[in-house]
Amino acid sequence: MTDEARASDSGAAGEPAPDASRSYYGRPVIKAPVWKHDITAYLFTGGLAAGSSLLAAGADLTGRHELRRGCRLASLAALSASTWFLIHDLGRPSRFANMLRVFKPTSPMSMGTWILAAYGPMAGLAAASEVTGVLPAGVASRALPGVGRAAGVAAAGLAPLLGTYTAVLLADTAVPAWHDAGRHLPFVFAGSALASGAGVGLLAAPLGQVGPARRMAVAGAAAELAATSVLEHRLGLQSEAYRSAAPARFLRLARGLAAAGAVAAVTGRRSRVLSALGGAALLAGSICTRCGVYQAGLVSAADPRFTVLPQRQRLDAGQAR
Amino acid sequence: MITERSRLLGSLDPAAGSGYVEPPPRVGFFTDTSICIGCKACEVACKEWNGIPQDGIELTGMSYDNSVGLGASTWRHVAFIEQRVAAPGAGGDETGVRWLMSSDVCKHCTSAACLDVCPTGSLLRTELGTVVVQDDICNGCGYCIPACPYGVIDQRRSPDGDRNVGLAQKCTLCYDRTGAGLEPACAKACPTDSIQFGSLDELRKRAAGRVGALRAAGVADARLYGEDPADGVGGAGSLFLLLDDPEVYGLPPDPVCTTRDLPAMWRRAAVAAATMAAVTAFAFLGSRS
Repeated sequence: MTDEARASDSGAAGEPAPDASRSYYGRPVIKAPVWKHDITAYLFTGGLAAGSSLLAAGADLTGRHELRRGCRLASLAALSASTWFLIHDLGRPSRFANMLRVFKPTSPMSMGTWILAAYGPMAGLAAASEVTGVLPAGVASRALPGVGRAAGVAAAGLAPLLGTYTAVLLADTAVPAWHDAGRHLPFVFAGSALASGAGVGLLAAPLGQVGPARRMAVAGAAAELAATSVLEHRLGLQSEAYRSAAPARFLRLARGLAAAGAVAAVTGRRSRVLSALGGAALLAGSICTRCGVYQAGLVSAADPRFTVLPQRQRLDAGQAR
Repeated sequence: MITERSRLLGSLDPAAGSGYVEPPPRVGFFTDTSICIGCKACEVACKEWNGIPQDGIELTGMSYDNSVGLGASTWRHVAFIEQRVAAPGAGGDETGVRWLMSSDVCKHCTSAACLDVCPTGSLLRTELGTVVVQDDICNGCGYCIPACPYGVIDQRRSPDGDRNVGLAQKCTLCYDRTGAGLEPACAKACPTDSIQFGSLDELRKRAAGRVGALRAAGVADARLYGEDPADGVGGAGSLFLLLDDPEVYGLPPDPVCTTRDLPAMWRRAAVAAATMAAVTAFAFLGSRS
C-alpha cells in the first residue's frame, strides 16, 4: 500500500474515476511521482538559468555590459537554487554523488546530471568574472574578462540542452499527460526558459541595453503560449488533464502573465518601470507554466481513465504495439 | 503495429542483452488466478522473508483487500473483485456473485522502464533476467516510480528508522533465495500453486496449457497476460492467467515501456534546443538598441 492510497482513503482524493467498473475500485494504475515541490521549482530555475546564460553571452559579445552582468548573476543564482532543489528532493540527499556513477542515455535524469555538471562550472566562472571590477589591478583582473567570455559562451552553448532536457525528463515516464505530450513539451519548456531569461534582462538592464531582451521576451512568450495551447487542446483525452481544475488555473494565469509580459516588453521602450514589470510578469508566467504542466501530470496519474482508455482503444483497434 | 525492433527486443534474453555471458535460464512467475483462494499467504510470506515493515493496518471497504496495491512495502498484493453475475437457474437475473482473486507482483519486464531511467545504476538486471534495486546505491531520486507502466515500484516513506526509508523498493523475485536454488517465498507459501516459479520457458508452456484446458472446460474469459514477447514491454517475466480484462484487476491493458519513445523525444528536444539558440541569435542580430 502507498501513502497516497492512505491519503485518498481519508478523503483527500482527487477526482473520482467515472467508469469505476473498468478499474480496480477507481485506484490509479500507475504511481504518481513522489517528487516534492522542489522538482516543479527546479523546472523553473533550470529554465531560468538557461535563458539567462543565452542572453548573457549575447550581451557580452555585443558589448551590453549591464545586461551581461545581470544575466550572469541571475544564471548563477538559478543554478545554485537548481542544485539545492535537486539534492533536497532526493530520498537520500547524502547519496547525491551516486548520480555520477553512470552515464546513461536511456535516463534523462542521468543526462541532465551531466548537462548540469558541465554547465554549472561554466556559468559559475562567467558570473565570478563579474567581480573583476572590485579586484585590485593585476594579472587576475586583466585575465578575468577573457575567461569570463569563454566560460559564458560555453555556458550558452550548453544552455539550450539544460532548458529542454527537463521536458524529456517528464515525458519519459508512464504519466499519460506527460508521455503523450512528448512531442510538444520541449517547445513549452524552451519558450518558458527564453521568456524567463528575457524577464531577467528586462529587470536588470537599463533601457538602452534591453532591445534583445524585448525580442527574446516576445518570441519566448509566443512559443510558450502556442505550445501550451497544443497541450490543452490537441492531445485528445490527455488534454482533459491540462484543462482540469488545478492545472487550468495555473495555465490560465501563465497565459495572462506571459501575454502581459510580452506586451509590456514591447510598449515599455521608454519606461524602465514598465519594462521591469513586464520582466516580472514573464518570470511569474514561467513559474505558472511549470506548475500547470506538473499538476496536469498528477491529475492524469491519479485517474485510471487516463492510463486505461487509450490502451484499451489501442487494443480494440488491433494495434497492439 | 509490431515493429521489427519490438520483435528483436522481445526475442532478446534480457540477461544476455545486459552483458552476462552464457547466463542461466531466465526465471519468472506464473500466477494462475483461476485457482487463487485469496488466502494472502503470499503477502505474509513476502513480508516475513524480505523483512518488510508494516505499512498500515486499516480496513478499506474494498472487499477483503486491505493492502490496496503494490508499493514500497507491499511486494505481493492480492486483489479481490466482487462481480454480479447471472445465478444458475435464476433466469438470467444477476443475483449471483463471482469473486475474482489475483496475487499481483512486479512484472520483471524484458524492457524495464525503471531500469532504463535509473540515473545511478541502482536498478540492476540479474543473471536470471530479473530486475532488482541495489539498496546501497539507490539515492531515492524517485524517477523509476512514475516510469513503471504498472505502478509497481515506490519509495519507502515509513516507518521512521527503517534502514530503507527514502529508497525505491520492490519485489526482487527473492534474489537471495533463487541464487541458493530455492523458490521465492510467495510461491513456496502458496497453498494452491496459484503462484508458480520456474524457468520462463517452462512457465510459458504451462500457462499456454492451462489456458487451453480452461477454455476447453468452458471458461471462455480465461486469457493470459504478459506472455506476448511482442507487447509493449517485450513480454513480462511474471505471467498471469486472468478471468477478465486486465484493467478490472488494476493492470494496464496494453502497457508500453516509456523509453521505447525516448529517441523520438530526444530528437524533439534537440529541435527545441536549436530553436532556443536561433531565437537568441535573432534577438541580437539586426538590433541597434
